[in-house]
Amino acid sequence: MTQPLLSIKNLTIDYIGEKTDFRAVDNVSFDVAAGEIFGLAGESGCGKSTIAFAISRLHKPPALIRSGQILLEGRDVLDLDMQALRSFRWREVAMVFQSAMNSLNPVLRVEAQFYDVLRTHQGMNRKQARERTAEMLRLVDIQPDRMSDYPHQFSGGMRQRIVIAICLALNPKIVVMDEPTTALDVVVQREILQRVNELRKRLGFSVLFITHDLGLMVQVCDRIGIMLEGKLVEQNTAQEIYASPQHDYTKKLWASFPSLHGSKTAEAFAS
Amino acid sequence: MSAGSEPILKLDRVSKTFGSVPYLVKAAQAVSFELHPGRTLALVGESGSGKTTCARLVMREYEPNEGELIFKGKPVQTGNTKALADYRRSVQMIFQDPFSSLNPAHTIAYHLRRPLQLHRRDLKGKDIDATVNELLERVKLDPALVAPKHPHELSGGQRQRVNIARTLAVGAEVIVADEPTSMLDVSVRLGVLNLLNEMKRDLKLALLYITHDIATARYVAEDIIVMYAGQIVEWGNINKVIDNPQHPYTKLLLSAVPDPEIRFDDPKAHLQTSDVDEVRRISAVPDTRSICIDTDHFIRQVGA
Repeated sequence: MTQPLLSIKNLTIDYIGEKTDFRAVDNVSFDVAAGEIFGLAGESGCGKSTIAFAISRLHKPPALIRSGQILLEGRDVLDLDMQALRSFRWREVAMVFQSAMNSLNPVLRVEAQFYDVLRTHQGMNRKQARERTAEMLRLVDIQPDRMSDYPHQFSGGMRQRIVIAICLALNPKIVVMDEPTTALDVVVQREILQRVNELRKRLGFSVLFITHDLGLMVQVCDRIGIMLEGKLVEQNTAQEIYASPQHDYTKKLWASFPSLHGSKTAEAFAS
Repeated sequence: MSAGSEPILKLDRVSKTFGSVPYLVKAAQAVSFELHPGRTLALVGESGSGKTTCARLVMREYEPNEGELIFKGKPVQTGNTKALADYRRSVQMIFQDPFSSLNPAHTIAYHLRRPLQLHRRDLKGKDIDATVNELLERVKLDPALVAPKHPHELSGGQRQRVNIARTLAVGAEVIVADEPTSMLDVSVRLGVLNLLNEMKRDLKLALLYITHDIATARYVAEDIIVMYAGQIVEWGNINKVIDNPQHPYTKLLLSAVPDPEIRFDDPKAHLQTSDVDEVRRISAVPDTRSICIDTDHFIRQVGA
């Protein structure tokens, strides 16, 4: 890596409590190269989603960034003023949220939801926006003539693809995906992630991929970071995390997955 | 599905439809399966395949349009209130969402005491408290610590254990578990699955385990049913089905399970959208013929 696209340096985030603070992210540093898929894994409450939100400064009080830097192409996101932040969000860092299929507005047509983004950031008129919408929908295998439908007329997997299309409409440099396919079944999950992988190669964006499914993560990601209680305990290439996990917690995480073939995982790992 | 014992609950060509003709949805089409004491049947399929409809049919939340349920050798009748109450006591459900299936205003002890008061009339006063403690110990929770707490003070895994204790409280013989671990953290999942396995073994429960995660199904179940578009497409011994899938939909489902051995860039792992659509199309065609692959491994005839 010459210069990483995204560089998180010594990031520490606290949730402010009445008496004591809770350290959700503790001195975490990692880099994401251009065009790379970087995975963050860990159980709930380990701080992975907190990092995802902090990258576009979408974290809300009581979360507070105590120290550290979030550098996107050398520019510190934490120094941006409100105006700069507005143009930075979505244009440079887009985000697919957990249960993203429910993040579409149910009373607006899909077309209108694209227009919203395209007008705000690129000043497009309706006609231009429609053209761009058609182009983006084709990218995720959805018939462009369905742009005048409402979200409830699509299946869960299609809605998820629409959300991804909206994310990519502004050609962001990095897409943060927080458990993008957890609510979907495995076939649809595979189709969507395959598509994201192809698009990444074609359009050259990076992905920060967050999930607790280690098996899936090893399939998709180039490099993986394992988080435990706010700390990044292990960081390595996907193959290494799978073939020779170093940290005890990573080994334990692997042991907790029932596998489809071979032995039914170690019975020893009970509770 | 072969097993030495008599089935405790049997679904005989049960169908359930919703809506009327132009918008008719066939949620379950001629579904038949048997639940045996001490065995787990896994029901897998994608969202919308009819898994939850089957669960609700078993729970008698829905009346079947066709076919019947046979409980302990006798058809289940709706008219007989006492028989129905008995059925409801014997067939219990564990829900997917541990965060919404307990009443936030009541303590854990209350959640376990209520079913005991309702269904175990023989227990009085102190006996009830003793039984509550016993139940909590059985699901590996510390009664002194957990009983006075409210649901919000417990983790997802602990709550799911309370739900399991609740089903045991009334003396359930059949447990329907609808994705019991999909909302739990990976690190506590196996604990809950182990508990289900243990209960099945010790208490001779018949378990219907509904999931879309085939890997966990293999961990708890002896038999498996794969559903698609309201029909059972493949069924039988779980190892035979997983190691030698014959129906195109089962093959598709198994090929999409995340496997760390195969990277996405590997062309072998690549699913063609057109192939997927074709498999879905042919799998959705209704057909009543079945083909025997092995002694306890069957598939539905694939329509053209």
